[in-house]
Amino acid sequence: MQNARLGRVGPKERESGVSFGEQIAQYVVSGLTTGAVYALVALGFCLIYNATRIVNFAQGDFLSLGGLMAYTFLTGAGLPMILAFPCAVVSVALVGALLERLAIRPAKSRQVMVLIFITIAASILMRGIFKHLWGKEALALPPLSPEVPLKVLGATLTPQNLWVLGMTLAAIVALLWFFNRTLTGKAMRATAINPSAAALMGIDANRMTMYSFGLAGGLGALAGVLITPITSLSYEVGVIMGLKGFAAAVLGGYGSFVGAILGGLVLGLIESLTAGLVSSVYKDAVAFVVLLLVLFLRPGGLMGVKSGDRV
Amino acid sequence: MTSSGKRFYAGLLALAVLLALLPLAVSNPYYLNVFNVVALNVMVVTGLNLLIGYAGHISLGHAAFFGLGAYISGILTGSYGWEPWLTLIFAAAVVALVATIIGVPTLRLKGNYLVMATLGFNLIVSVLMVQLDDITGGPSGYSGIPPLSLFGHAIATDQSFYWLAWGLVLVGLGLARNLVHSRVGRGLKALHESPLAAAASGVPIEAYKVKVFVVSAVYASVAGSLYAHYYGIITPATFDIFKSVELVTMCIIGGMGSLWGGLFGAALITPLPQLLAVVEEYKDIIFGGILLVLLIFLPQGVVGWLEGKRMRPGGRAF
Repeated sequence: MQNARLGRVGPKERESGVSFGEQIAQYVVSGLTTGAVYALVALGFCLIYNATRIVNFAQGDFLSLGGLMAYTFLTGAGLPMILAFPCAVVSVALVGALLERLAIRPAKSRQVMVLIFITIAASILMRGIFKHLWGKEALALPPLSPEVPLKVLGATLTPQNLWVLGMTLAAIVALLWFFNRTLTGKAMRATAINPSAAALMGIDANRMTMYSFGLAGGLGALAGVLITPITSLSYEVGVIMGLKGFAAAVLGGYGSFVGAILGGLVLGLIESLTAGLVSSVYKDAVAFVVLLLVLFLRPGGLMGVKSGDRV
Repeated sequence: MTSSGKRFYAGLLALAVLLALLPLAVSNPYYLNVFNVVALNVMVVTGLNLLIGYAGHISLGHAAFFGLGAYISGILTGSYGWEPWLTLIFAAAVVALVATIIGVPTLRLKGNYLVMATLGFNLIVSVLMVQLDDITGGPSGYSGIPPLSLFGHAIATDQSFYWLAWGLVLVGLGLARNLVHSRVGRGLKALHESPLAAAASGVPIEAYKVKVFVVSAVYASVAGSLYAHYYGIITPATFDIFKSVELVTMCIIGGMGSLWGGLFGAALITPLPQLLAVVEEYKDIIFGGILLVLLIFLPQGVVGWLEGKRMRPGGRAF
């Protein structure tokens, strides 16, 4: 991570001309970048939750697989980045849809608890397969375009930072268009709001759930292709990113689209600022402390959805 | 005594006899060690089953309670020379307090907020175990924990620990059944039939749920303390979220909300990683695959399947 490389503000850096303001700007840049990726993961959680009421613990593995597939299309199949990227996203979207078709739909129990554990089992299985196919060693996925650092307001921006923010924005716009302007998108929303009424209108709920898993897979893969050049790429990189995306979704208000985006960005910022200004040692705990605080103080999250009804 | 009560205690007696005979047939310390780990897992799973079966909530943080018990016991006896049994009780009290702090705000909410909170809690505890290395020994773990002793005899062998651990499991199972048939248990059963009717009949739903959650955390803590004294060394990796997942898996595979189910689940899943170690390369694939197939086709668990009826979260298996 970038802020880990930057470390704490030492007197030396101050003398060497990096002002406090510039430091903050740097933390904000890296916080927003990671936050955008959390937002993509959180959106994936949100899509599946709205369709099925389950928490999909394989969401992080979609992220890993996105990076791994891009790596294989790029170095194994020798495709240029401009093709490897969409190929990775589409293939993981198919894996997502397959997960629904092969593991969720045939499940004998409709209990949310059992379905959640099916996604956990799928996650263990997928990670086992990734480890077998791609090995345990870290792989290197190149950034989307050559690294030429830019200086903006004292912060160093790499093209990948811009790609992350730009692609996340594009994905959000595309989702908005899909859910508001297309028949399939509207059908998916209808199923989320009232499954039985939607079924009476002739909407195939199973199919809509499968699309949700497919979309969630695509979003996870997108997050993976964007962030793994910055972090690193391995078969289990998605585990911790997935859990943080989950925390972001809770922070925003579980199930809320706007909340997922807001939660991701806020969490990324909090994490980056804590790591930079307080201590980077506890960086990985910050997201989960925030998660607990939200659950205790404002269970509906920032967007206040389903405001934590009392029993 | 009701007929279900007779059946339960007959089962418990049969289990006790089986356990007493087992060491005659098995003297290999390696197998005894596996049995001992099963015993500790059964203890945690029994508590978890109360939570899942009666409060209808899943916890993904029981490895953290297990770990807190282990670390509090280990550190206080190892670094500060506390009396082991006293420390075990102290650790259980601390864990009960922590569980109350987590349970009170989240269990009063509709929906499974406890899963999220316990998951987050487990991740925080894992980070602390690694980062507070002055106290905990960091990633390589904390060692030099003295064994427990009973009536002046140190419980330092696999054999002696076997008797202690399984003896406590039997006590734990008996206590769990009592809880189920107590006022609290009946109240929670009513809650499953109809929350509104239960509340109207004056069942303090939130308080009962918190109680069951705290009890289940205490089961985990006691098992953790025993674990620390048995092994003498504890490492953070033993208590991460994957362990929490494994524990809930044992409940589900055995049969949610069934005490016997927990026993079966723990006995089936505990040795699996060791058995699969032969095929190290495919371990996760096989484990994940088996789990997936069982969850898809046998969601009521082994005991539920044997009884030939579908289990509901308010299970009536005991």
